Amino acid sequence: MQLFNELKNLSAKHIKVNKQASQKVPSGIWIACPKCHQSFYHKDLGQYKVCPNCQYGFRITARQRLNWLVDSFEEIDADLLTDDPLQFPDYQKKLIKSQQLTKLNDSVLTGFAQIQSEKFALGIMDPFFIMGSMGTITGEKLTRLFEKATQKQLPVVLFTASGGARMQEGIFSLMQMAKVSAAVKQHSDAGLLYVVILTDPTTGGVTASFAMQADITLAEPRSLIGFAGKRVIEQTTGQKIPSDLQDAETVLKHGFIDQIVLRSELKNKLKWLLEFHQRRDS
Amino acid sequence: MSGLLDHKKTAAEIVKLARSDDKVSVKFLLTEIFQDFIEFHGDRVYGDDPAIIGGLAYLNQQPVTVISTNKGQTTKEKLASHFGCPEPAGYRKALRLAQQAAKFKRPVIFLVNTAGAYPGRSAEENGQGEAIAKNLYEFSKLPVPIVSIIYGEGGSGGALALACGDRVWMLENSTYSVLSPEGFAAILWKDSSRADQAAEILQLTPEKLLRQQVIEGIIPESHSKYRLVKAIKRVLLQEIDQLQQMTTDELLEKRRMRYRKF
Repeated sequence: MQLFNELKNLSAKHIKVNKQASQKVPSGIWIACPKCHQSFYHKDLGQYKVCPNCQYGFRITARQRLNWLVDSFEEIDADLLTDDPLQFPDYQKKLIKSQQLTKLNDSVLTGFAQIQSEKFALGIMDPFFIMGSMGTITGEKLTRLFEKATQKQLPVVLFTASGGARMQEGIFSLMQMAKVSAAVKQHSDAGLLYVVILTDPTTGGVTASFAMQADITLAEPRSLIGFAGKRVIEQTTGQKIPSDLQDAETVLKHGFIDQIVLRSELKNKLKWLLEFHQRRDS
Repeated sequence: MSGLLDHKKTAAEIVKLARSDDKVSVKFLLTEIFQDFIEFHGDRVYGDDPAIIGGLAYLNQQPVTVISTNKGQTTKEKLASHFGCPEPAGYRKALRLAQQAAKFKRPVIFLVNTAGAYPGRSAEENGQGEAIAKNLYEFSKLPVPIVSIIYGEGGSGGALALACGDRVWMLENSTYSVLSPEGFAAILWKDSSRADQAAEILQLTPEKLLRQQVIEGIIPESHSKYRLVKAIKRVLLQEIDQLQQMTTDELLEKRRMRYRKF
């Protein structure tokens, strides 16, 4: 034990770094978890891309998530493109880059999916598409998803991941909050189920609209869920905020999340919930 | 009718005027537009947020529910209301009073002047996002006319939560945007001092917003606050009268379409 402590207290000056050796290790082999800071071998992330130590779910694209989430999927509205309402400088370039990276037209993937025999409308936001920000097409795709689900009498399952409103689309981005909310309400009034899974990060205008309007609100472990950004809070109030203030676990404690679900268990959990809510009136 | 007709103000000038300390106060609006305003407190969950003032009043002979943001006049009031930035309790109070209005079939009027929802630790802990989300959700189907007047700043989701009804009007010197010009400049250029430039790009002036059909109209600001109040009152009476002629189904369908087009 003594030896162990000494090792722990070794400072940089005691260690001669073999720089050549460290250069031989390709980057990406060792990964540090952004939440618990533990380092681990990259293969330990596994197919779900989860920290083996704290279960934090690394950010993944919508299509990566789709791979293991459902048994079948039929995409809709994949061709809608924003008409750049503010004619915002360099916005087009950003869009093209994100489209190539995520293989999506905008920050959410929508369609109809099946897990075994359970049919449902599915939306997955992509944190790599301009930070998952909500543009007009994001709002349009989600609105259409809820509208079509209402017509077809299907439940909606939505994975949120967003930095909030998309400032490049100004006030039109803001209006999406009201537009999608109205579609969610209509879907709900038709007696249909809406399950949301909050993933890292869910913030701003998305938290302040459809992320918080579901019948059942699940979250992935240690994902950041909040309204205002940490920096904005600290600058406005002049106070340091605890580092876990916006962790899903804290948000659950304050009463805004039903359950935290491991990524590897999501599919089964959804299947169970969808089955449970099978409409028995027909 | 000064203002609109003389030199065209830049977006940055309008931002300054919208935030000015001389801006008409909520107390003045409540006592001059309405008769017999009586304030009701509390969200019935855990608190009462002074950043939102709400209650009952007559608009001429018409009973209405009025809900307004409040920046406060004295330093003490300003601090208590976080300079007019509502906490979740404020949004929940607004929802409670609006639902009460629906029960008794009276229109709801929102007067909005806020830089945005309060970004603070307590606000996060008490579900700022959830509170705004619930307002958007419930107001989309509230079965009575909802008219909002933005009379200063209309800051992001914090303003939208009180301006998501049937009609939205803005005073000539007011703004409505997805984030502040400073925040915008800080994100875009990592330099909040370029806020003036940001204000232009953001298209946050009433004129721009009217053209984009985000709002229904602009109320000119004259030097006389009494004349301004008269103009606001005329707009409210006219809008409420029009909205009351519709059936509830018509009203709600029109409201849905108002946002569906964006």
